Amino acid sequence: MSSMSKIVRTMTNILFPLTMIFGLYVIAHGHLTPGGGFQGGAIVASACALLVVTYGSRWVLGRIKEKRLSTFESIGAVSFITLAFLGLVFSMVFFGNFLAGSNLLFGTTPVTGSTLADFNTGGVLPLMNFAVGIKVVTGLFAIVLIMAYASSTKEWNS
Amino acid sequence: MTPLEFLIEQSPALIVAVPLLGAFLTSLIGRVNEKARNIFALFIVCLTGVLIAILASDVLTSGPRLYVFGAQNLQVPMVRIIFEVDSMSIFMAIITIILALVALVYSWSFLKEYDGLDKFYTLALLLITSTLGMELTGDMFNFFVFLEISCITSCALIAFWITEGEALEAAFKYLVISSIGALFILFSIGLLYAQYNALNIATLASVLQFSFVDKIILVLLVVVLAMKAGVVPMHMWLPDSYGRAPPSVILVIMGATLASFYGILRVIFTLYGEVLTTTMRFNLPMHVLVGWLLIALAVVTIIVGVLMALIQSDFMRLIAYVAVAEIGYMLLAVGTGFAAWGTAYATTALHGGVLHILNDALDIGLLFLVAGAVYYVTKKRLLDDLGGLARTMKYTTVFLLIGLLAVAGMPPLNGFASKFLIYESVYQLNPILAIVAILCSILMLAIFVKVFYAAFLGPQRNITASTGLKEAPRSMLIAMGVFAAAAIFIGLFPNYVLDTLVKPAVSALLNHADYIGMVIGGV
Repeated sequence: MSSMSKIVRTMTNILFPLTMIFGLYVIAHGHLTPGGGFQGGAIVASACALLVVTYGSRWVLGRIKEKRLSTFESIGAVSFITLAFLGLVFSMVFFGNFLAGSNLLFGTTPVTGSTLADFNTGGVLPLMNFAVGIKVVTGLFAIVLIMAYASSTKEWNS
Repeated sequence: MTPLEFLIEQSPALIVAVPLLGAFLTSLIGRVNEKARNIFALFIVCLTGVLIAILASDVLTSGPRLYVFGAQNLQVPMVRIIFEVDSMSIFMAIITIILALVALVYSWSFLKEYDGLDKFYTLALLLITSTLGMELTGDMFNFFVFLEISCITSCALIAFWITEGEALEAAFKYLVISSIGALFILFSIGLLYAQYNALNIATLASVLQFSFVDKIILVLLVVVLAMKAGVVPMHMWLPDSYGRAPPSVILVIMGATLASFYGILRVIFTLYGEVLTTTMRFNLPMHVLVGWLLIALAVVTIIVGVLMALIQSDFMRLIAYVAVAEIGYMLLAVGTGFAAWGTAYATTALHGGVLHILNDALDIGLLFLVAGAVYYVTKKRLLDDLGGLARTMKYTTVFLLIGLLAVAGMPPLNGFASKFLIYESVYQLNPILAIVAILCSILMLAIFVKVFYAAFLGPQRNITASTGLKEAPRSMLIAMGVFAAAAIFIGLFPNYVLDTLVKPAVSALLNHADYIGMVIGGV
């Protein structure tokens, strides 16, 4: 798949950062708003898929290797389970929320009543959202990239 | 609380979590060093094995154990995700971890020359995770999630030799069949949830009304789990997958297959145990009807499996059909135990059936490993292309002899112990069933004598100076040796295994009230 016309490329250049920011927003606010690691990760991965469609899989593969993507995918999964194990270490329960109410990172206890959402709450939930986000972004991106590359290769057709 | 008590308390979660963590860490370690990755994967499985051993010693001495996720104290376990470990679950977990350990030791040499091993280890550990999860969980939806993980990972593992078209075809067939099956499971869990607002097995079992919808759910669950276990009308995926996957993969998938069989036991004995034994239909108690249906399926499975194995010329496919027949023996025992619920020989039948799960894992596993060793040395699958292997592969020959005698149920080996219990109890229900079972066992012996004669005796074939036929590598011999030693040990001391593992497991199956009381009584 080679790169597409100038119109498509220009629109991608404008839309790509916006989609990325929206996806990262959904991941980061997973504990406050609808969405979360998986949904936001899918949005970011769709922005990356836009790049693949517009510029072609060879162009993208020249800039990022699929091996590195799958390394990050493993890191995402490992950090998710590690957080669960840390819950076992610090609060004696597997998947225990040891950061909630500790006044550390994301440790504030939310105010009850109708107030504005406090980003600094949720304990380990935002961290787990980040881990899932990393995994989904890199996993989906790697799948799209490899499939696009495989279907663009001419030798397969013969 | 001492550290050991803490470990025992947390072990149901850790048994699933440790291989899950290991699955993703292995692929990271594989980037750095391949040998370190193999050692690490083995270490993770050993660690899981130690945790299972600790939990087993606790469960066998002080009764079933409940683990409630996300709660420090047990608060209303009915609405939480729970793991409920009784002697039956832990018995299955022990089988799974033995298979997994041997599979990883075996694949050390067997898969050395292939690439994509990072993904193999990740997928294998994920499959082990899901199998253990299916066995330990006390929650229907959780069971479905683990079943789905096992479907996807098994499918990817079956396609390990992706350059062979048949492996891809087998994997695709398995993917389609098992996803449809998993959807039916999800559908029936949805129906259960819609009726009773509960998802965990113990709560559902206590409130089950046995309405018309519940009967449909029973049929759906049993049919799908029987399909995953390879019972005959739904067995078509099994010979393809077993015949085309690498033997070390087959061992891990066999763990998942046996876990599906455990699912049938759990559904019939625990979930529907109360209603089936108390409801009447056509002037007969329901358990007699269900039991005889299972027996009918089992007899068809045994006969078809053995007859199909008789005409195969592909070594691994032949063993796969024998594996189908072996599942039939287990189902025959379970059907007998259920049809004759309450009698003394029903308990004997269940002892035989549950012991046969372990024996099937050991015997069929050993035969697959032998077939893998033959393939490793000769790169040939068809029996017609093999011959005279006993001249160079003397240890493998001995292991094949042990495996074939054990599968056929010959006295000094483990197959005899369980099959004899099955024959003895089935004879009391109906002599014809026992005759069919014994005849098919004899046919199995005939089949493997044919294999032994064709592949290991006679003149040596396809000797090429470049390859130079030799014995299988050491790690594969160790793996086969473990199975063979276990087969001989269980054959010589069947009472030891029966008393320590099988009898508690069967009594856990029969006393479903204890299983339910663990959750309902804990409110």
